[in-house]
Amino acid sequence: MSLFRKKDKKTNNNDVIFNSKLEPYIYLLPFVLGLVVFTIYPIINVVLMAFKEGYKLNGAFTGWGIGNFTKIFSDRYFLSAFKNTFTYVFIVVPIATCISILVANLLNQKTKGIAIFQTAFFLPMVTSAIAVGLVWKYMFNNEIGVVNFLLKAIGLNPINWLGATAGNAQYNIWAVIIFGIWNMIPFTTILLLSGLQNIDPLYYTAAKVDGASTTKMFFRITIPLLSPTIFLTMIVNMISAFKIYNEIIPFWNGSAGVTGTNLYTFVYYIKEQFATYGRYGLAAAASIVLFIIIFVFTMIQRYIQSKANN
Amino acid sequence: MKVQLNNLTKTFGDFKAVDDFTMTFEDGELVCLLGPSGCGKSTMLNMLSGILPASSGQILFDEDDVTNVPPQDRGVGLVFQNYALYPHMSVLENIAFPLEIKKVPKAQRIEEAKKYAELVQITQYIDRKPKQLSGGQQQRVAIARALIKQPRLLLLDEPLSNLDARLRIEMREEIRRIQQETGVTTIFVTHDQEEAMSISDKIVLMKAGQLQQIDKPQELYDDPHNLFVASFIGNPPINQLEGYMENGRFVLEDGSASIIINNSNVKEGQKVVLAIRAEAINLNNENYDFKATVVQRYTMGKEELAFVKVGEKEIRVYLSSDFACAKGDEIGIKLRNKGVFLFDKETGDRI
Repeated sequence: MSLFRKKDKKTNNNDVIFNSKLEPYIYLLPFVLGLVVFTIYPIINVVLMAFKEGYKLNGAFTGWGIGNFTKIFSDRYFLSAFKNTFTYVFIVVPIATCISILVANLLNQKTKGIAIFQTAFFLPMVTSAIAVGLVWKYMFNNEIGVVNFLLKAIGLNPINWLGATAGNAQYNIWAVIIFGIWNMIPFTTILLLSGLQNIDPLYYTAAKVDGASTTKMFFRITIPLLSPTIFLTMIVNMISAFKIYNEIIPFWNGSAGVTGTNLYTFVYYIKEQFATYGRYGLAAAASIVLFIIIFVFTMIQRYIQSKANN
Repeated sequence: MKVQLNNLTKTFGDFKAVDDFTMTFEDGELVCLLGPSGCGKSTMLNMLSGILPASSGQILFDEDDVTNVPPQDRGVGLVFQNYALYPHMSVLENIAFPLEIKKVPKAQRIEEAKKYAELVQITQYIDRKPKQLSGGQQQRVAIARALIKQPRLLLLDEPLSNLDARLRIEMREEIRRIQQETGVTTIFVTHDQEEAMSISDKIVLMKAGQLQQIDKPQELYDDPHNLFVASFIGNPPINQLEGYMENGRFVLEDGSASIIINNSNVKEGQKVVLAIRAEAINLNNENYDFKATVVQRYTMGKEELAFVKVGEKEIRVYLSSDFACAKGDEIGIKLRNKGVFLFDKETGDRI
């Protein structure tokens, strides 16, 4: 339906033709306005900020250049954020994906009472990472934590998950990794489960009549047919894992690890440079670096996926 | 391989899907399980493949009792209605997959798969994915995949129902050719009587889980055991006139016409159905059994069909080119001996 009826093109009424061309944009305006103000403008501004040296919130800056980038790459805390984030991403995403594939397969069985398990597995999704993080903080507690209790029960030495032993806080990142895997499984499992349910059960019947074992069917039918979904979850999870921040906060009351500096991540570094130190240019430069990393890895995965499909 | 069924039965709760089937399929035969939807023909096929366990009775492959043998150990090849080709594998990989499961070395199974691709004439498509093939080509791949492990028995579930009319005729002849080249005992399911008639050696006609008749296609047509068989087989559908017997004559229900019946089995006063194939009716205005009124004429290419009214009932007859008649004309109908059957109205049994 058109508010402004389009006149015959032969009539020389420019006003109406102009209006009819303009009309769709009027409807788009509220959305586009929001997009420009809250998305496009900030993105452009971050890019500009990253190249402005000595940027202040009032807009003043000393000059253009790549000084912010050279500064962060010589900042050992940024380099440690680099290392911690990559460790986190490349351990959490593959492990969470593998576990999720197994869990999704288990939940896909037509067994009685499966609904209870389905609900249980999806609980982490509806809880806040910070709130659950506090629960995990107690579970990782040195003396009263259930994790160490279990380790002792199977005869292993307790681990100082959240603290430092003689200045060594190497286990801090493992606590975050375990929590991160646990947190990632439900969403991944939901997506994979819906992917599994889209596989025609006839393929399994056909393979079974030909004598295929469960393992054979899993690797030759389930995994290939599920691979588009697996790639999708890996991309989504990798992007969210690169932005790890929420999983750090509850364990050490907002500090980056027990020493306050041993568990920097990209987002933690950006937040601290911006909000704590007011180094807006450095925060913007670090954001650009994170963006490029995520962009590159997403492209690599898409390339692998398109290769795999042919 | 010979297949022997002994009192084979499948029940779902109180519902008898397949009720007490005892029959033999000879080695190398192409057998068709025919019947309307829900008659139990697919249930029967699934019991033969082993996907569904039998409720009672026995299935023998040659001398082996396979009733409780799992599908993979029965040596059957199965072609599904929608083919169930693995979409991520090429045509060649699909065909070779049963051998891959059997851990046949790669070079050998590729060579074997190429042989079967040639048999079903899809050699030029072996590198494609299933979705790049037409329905008929997918069907060929599915048949090759079922045949490659050299099954003792080939089972096809409604193999032609997903194809368009022309392709269906082509593929049914292909199935016949492939079956005869390999000599494998084949059982296929269909609801299309024409399909069944054209390629089977033997037809098992079923209705509501009950065996109606098992016979050669032509026997089924020429000698139906009951009214269901007579009405299910044949196109156009057989004409049915309801009436009763009086003084050795069949009298139409409304009493408007009658004909002498030479059948010693029929009782006086018995309610019967006179079933007449359209081609068993001669049009003759001098010497006739019934009077009829032409209601409608249909040209079908090589022949012309007409609906004519006998009493209150419309029946189909073939018109010959030298017989002039128009809509509304009264014409005479003469029945031939062959293609005219008498059935009991209550039981549907042939008299």
